[in-house]
Amino acid sequence: MGRSWKFGDDIDTDAIIPGRFLTIYDPKELASHAFEGTRDEFSKEAKSGDVIIAGRNFGCGSSREHAPLALKGAGIGFVVAKSFARIFYRNAINTGVLPIVCEHTDKIPDGSEVSVNLPEAFIEADKKRYPLEPIPEFMMKIVEAGGLVEYAKMRGNK
Amino acid sequence: MGQTIAEKIFSAHCKKECRAGDVVMAPVDGAMIHDITGPLAINVMKEMGGGKVFDPKKIIMLFDHQIPADSISAAENHVMMRKFAQEQGIHNYDIKEGVCHQVVPEKGRVKPGDIIVGSDSHTCAYGALGAFSTGIGSTDMAYVMKFGELYFRIPDTIRIDANGKFQNRVGPKDLILTMVGDIGADGATYRALEFCGRAFRDMDIPGRMTCANMAIEMGAKAGIVPPDKKTRDYLKGRCDYTPFDLESDGDAAFFEERSYDVAEISPKIAVPHNVDNVVDVSEVAGKHIDQVFIGSCTNGRYEDFVEAAEVLGDRKFSDDVRVIMVPASRDEYMKVLKAGLIEKFVDAGALFEAPCCGPCMGGAFGLLAPGEVSLSTSNRNFRGRQGSTASFVYLSSPSTAAASAISGVITDPREV
Ligand code: SF4
Repeated sequence: MGRSWKFGDDIDTDAIIPGRFLTIYDPKELASHAFEGTRDEFSKEAKSGDVIIAGRNFGCGSSREHAPLALKGAGIGFVVAKSFARIFYRNAINTGVLPIVCEHTDKIPDGSEVSVNLPEAFIEADKKRYPLEPIPEFMMKIVEAGGLVEYAKMRGNK
Repeated sequence: MGQTIAEKIFSAHCKKECRAGDVVMAPVDGAMIHDITGPLAINVMKEMGGGKVFDPKKIIMLFDHQIPADSISAAENHVMMRKFAQEQGIHNYDIKEGVCHQVVPEKGRVKPGDIIVGSDSHTCAYGALGAFSTGIGSTDMAYVMKFGELYFRIPDTIRIDANGKFQNRVGPKDLILTMVGDIGADGATYRALEFCGRAFRDMDIPGRMTCANMAIEMGAKAGIVPPDKKTRDYLKGRCDYTPFDLESDGDAAFFEERSYDVAEISPKIAVPHNVDNVVDVSEVAGKHIDQVFIGSCTNGRYEDFVEAAEVLGDRKFSDDVRVIMVPASRDEYMKVLKAGLIEKFVDAGALFEAPCCGPCMGGAFGLLAPGEVSLSTSNRNFRGRQGSTASFVYLSSPSTAAASAISGVITDPREV
């Protein structure tokens, strides 16, 4: 269980982590600057188990992997959005912040009590359940391995 | 059924018939890392078990975002990357050559039909030369550096057919801004764009680079111009390659087709804070600006500075505007220098800096204070992109930027 952090459409990677912090790569330190200047309370209050709920095209813009890493450092395990920008989607899978498509995010308000049930493919928000779209099969292989690093290690050891 | 360019490129690499929607493991011909996303990729590769990169000759390394080092942590990242290059036998262009998306084509590191990846979203720019090139994150890059291949989902293609001749002082940037406005910031997500028609055939390589560069602003995975004689001429002396035809078959299946008559396009501007908030310049004409930036991988080439110089004529830039000009590469810098334009610009009141990303991403210099307004020839106007999250960035062509820098307010370049 965690709280929902609600965002709108087209949340770009400059908003998630501004360009001036890109020399950092420690997830915790990045997290201390997440959404700086646009949603300052996030870095102070977000905690493990919280979920980001967003509209269309979440993570558009730069290829900076610092964006999912900053969310990971803040304890975010899932981003649930109507759609994702392509590079962010891959980066999020690779770093283990799971991007999940759900067309019902409009119905989930900010600050709801939420939990994601991946095996049964639903998100529960304030006791209501909404279906989630499955992660594409070829991406699931990476998720199941525990991220691309682990996947690469398995391949490297073959 | 026929194939699109993207399907043909993947079929050739995977040595089997590939179709949009297929997921394939494809070998890459080049992989580019720079000073922002490179350190993370190198660290992740170490986490993956380290070892040697798959082929040091196919890895392109350069520094462009934070150069000369603008902080101690940037300097440390540069040191770390230089050491990696040395250990692995990778040629490092270091801080000398300029912005990645100008340097990679300029140095002949891309050719038609290639698959190129870069840990930078605007890697789609090399589609201007008929390559399938796309931006990836640092973890994917680590995987590529180690294994030389990556999973791709072959995209559907949106075909753009642009014909006609541009009006005076209207050009490729106005066309691509028009498309971003029409298609939207996510309208081409997971798709490739093909830029076809007379207007693209007439366009020089720099103009094609401006357009392909901004494919990502519609969410696209790639933006490809079919290679032709202009492509061959550009690559002559830069790389060895045997020219071949590369265009979609007549019966290829497109996800969508759109057409434009470029003669109908007027100067465009993207207003804060999304690239797809595109309007005619006339709609925001008269708006005060504090800074003008002419440069970036989108519009930092010699031709862009010539365009600005033509608009400038014998005038001066407004005293109320800070004009920052940054060429995209050392070669472009030298061309502008030899043409006598630097003297002209500095004399008119501009700052002319050495090649780098500059103010484009609000990293190195030229940051904006709260409330300030910038007009930029770059590709993104996200909130906070060039400094304070309370500042405002507008995007335009070099002509519109120069016209506005002269008057101190947003100005239609046809009116100066
Ligand atoms: S000039 Fe701007 S868009 Fe181009 S690579 Fe540099 S920061 Fe990115």
